[in-house]
Amino acid sequence: MKRILSLALIVALSSLLAACPKKPTTVPNANAGQVVAPVSGASTGSASADANQVRPLANDSASSAGSEGVLASTIRFEYDSSEIKAEYAPVISAQGKRLAADRRATVRLEGHTDERGSAEYNVALGERRAQAVKKALLLQGASESQLSTVSYGEERPVTDGHDEAAWAQNRRVEIIVLAAH
Amino acid sequence: MAEPRRLLSVLLLGLLVTLPAHAQLTVQITQGVNAPIPVAVVPFAGDGLAVDVAAVVEADLARSGRFAGLARTAMPQRPTAAAQFDATQWRLVKTDYLVLGRVLHDGDRYLVEFELYNVLTGARLLAYSVTAAATGLRLAAHRTADLIYEKILGVPGAFASRIAYVLVEGPPASRRWKLVVADADGENPVVVVNSPQPLMSPTWSPDGTRLAYVSFEGHASGVWIQNMLTGSREKVSGRPGINGAPAWSPDGQRLALALSQPDGNVDVFVMELASRALLRVTDDPAIDTEPCFAPDGQSLYFTSDRAGRPQIYHIVLAAGERPKRVTFEGNYNARPRVSPDGTQLAVVTQDQGAYRIATVDVATGRSKVVTSGRLDEGPSFAPNGQTVVYAARERGRGVLATAAVDSGVTSRISAASGDVREPAWSPRL
Repeated sequence: MKRILSLALIVALSSLLAACPKKPTTVPNANAGQVVAPVSGASTGSASADANQVRPLANDSASSAGSEGVLASTIRFEYDSSEIKAEYAPVISAQGKRLAADRRATVRLEGHTDERGSAEYNVALGERRAQAVKKALLLQGASESQLSTVSYGEERPVTDGHDEAAWAQNRRVEIIVLAAH
Repeated sequence: MAEPRRLLSVLLLGLLVTLPAHAQLTVQITQGVNAPIPVAVVPFAGDGLAVDVAAVVEADLARSGRFAGLARTAMPQRPTAAAQFDATQWRLVKTDYLVLGRVLHDGDRYLVEFELYNVLTGARLLAYSVTAAATGLRLAAHRTADLIYEKILGVPGAFASRIAYVLVEGPPASRRWKLVVADADGENPVVVVNSPQPLMSPTWSPDGTRLAYVSFEGHASGVWIQNMLTGSREKVSGRPGINGAPAWSPDGQRLALALSQPDGNVDVFVMELASRALLRVTDDPAIDTEPCFAPDGQSLYFTSDRAGRPQIYHIVLAAGERPKRVTFEGNYNARPRVSPDGTQLAVVTQDQGAYRIATVDVATGRSKVVTSGRLDEGPSFAPNGQTVVYAARERGRGVLATAAVDSGVTSRISAASGDVREPAWSPRL
């Protein structure tokens, strides 16, 4: 009897949990600031309005859509590596010099991996790549305060494919030039 | 201009809440046991019910891969009370067990009464009464299936539980991330967060009332805790760099996290939730991430590439303790999750060039690959430890799949659209 009673209680409580109405929390976009309160009554409609703020470059626009800032360059990496290949020296050099010449300019370095392996390990790997690019830019004369990093791991591929060619495209750091404040 | 837009917002919100069909999951057994146990679940008595309780019970049992139901058209009689049950008629249809029952109104609630019989002996094995709120009939049915499963197999069921997962929709350029919570059978999906930036790593508090997860809102990672009862959410970690891989302590008072240093190196920390005080657990130039508490709350498992490639390590949470390596088979083992009894880990492993889910015996370090996909990741144990749910790729689409740890039973859980990823199985409800 006691067992039936406690069972009944458990089921009644969990039914209460199930019955509780939940509204989805729509996360407002990006530049709304750090503290984002749950927006009751917000909708998916309002969130797509931020598309206006996106001005991606013509030829490699996909991954920066939905974020402010402009994609300036993409640096690609080998599998499980954060080593910057020699072919990207001119890109690093140009970006570094540009930052050194204009101290108000800031960039965000977004690290990415391919989809293989575990998601959080890939976040750490993407951060390693972003940090490698940051170090290279510092050597070219950029200053610490001009550079921020974020790693999206495997979450934001540039292409949806699932083969070697797609993975090679997705293992990258994007240099995003942020609007001057 | 403001008015129509507001109306549209309200309509859209309504769609999200009441019509989550896009998030609906379908569960399909892909491999059962060789000789599933035949069990007949007779339709329950009860008028004007929104839920066919017997159908839900039968579907649960069948979905486990361990049982086979009996078509209603093949039932020789439809007893709903002990006095009507005639075992001799049921022996002829070769069923081992029979479930009968009735749903009674109890004010604005329901009383689900059921009985389980051994058809061969005619003995009554179980008789229970389960109380359900007006909207809780499905849950009462899952609870019924749990009790039947436990009586026959000797292990508790895990049907009365939920799965949280991330649903990713849209092409890379206009992608959306939704954190969804559904019943373990895929029903009642509810979108609890909807974001234009990545959502990752959902994980349930031990009492099943809160989810911790990672959100990239504001172009930076943060660890959030959201209350499933009230919907309120709070950022508990938003330091510069990586805030990731949350994992609850068994008492729900602490959260293990992966946090990065200014140089980008990631280490494992434990946060006291009441004070937000951080305890540093690892300090190594390698990647240390994906922590997971052992059931006693005294130690952590985590992923580290300190030996060159990712492997699983174990560290006791006491001053001066050093991590000990746990996995030695294969050159990639990551994202550990501990079984409820603490004897096994579920990990992502590299196997013949593919990424698959393996279980690792904590005592011996021996590992066993339990899935056969090419890009399997993110395993999470069912609360009874019998099954892991994980994310798989099928024809380029992300689906959830389950694999039984011992019996070889597998199932696939797919959404109507989008990629389903990062499943987290809740505690028993």
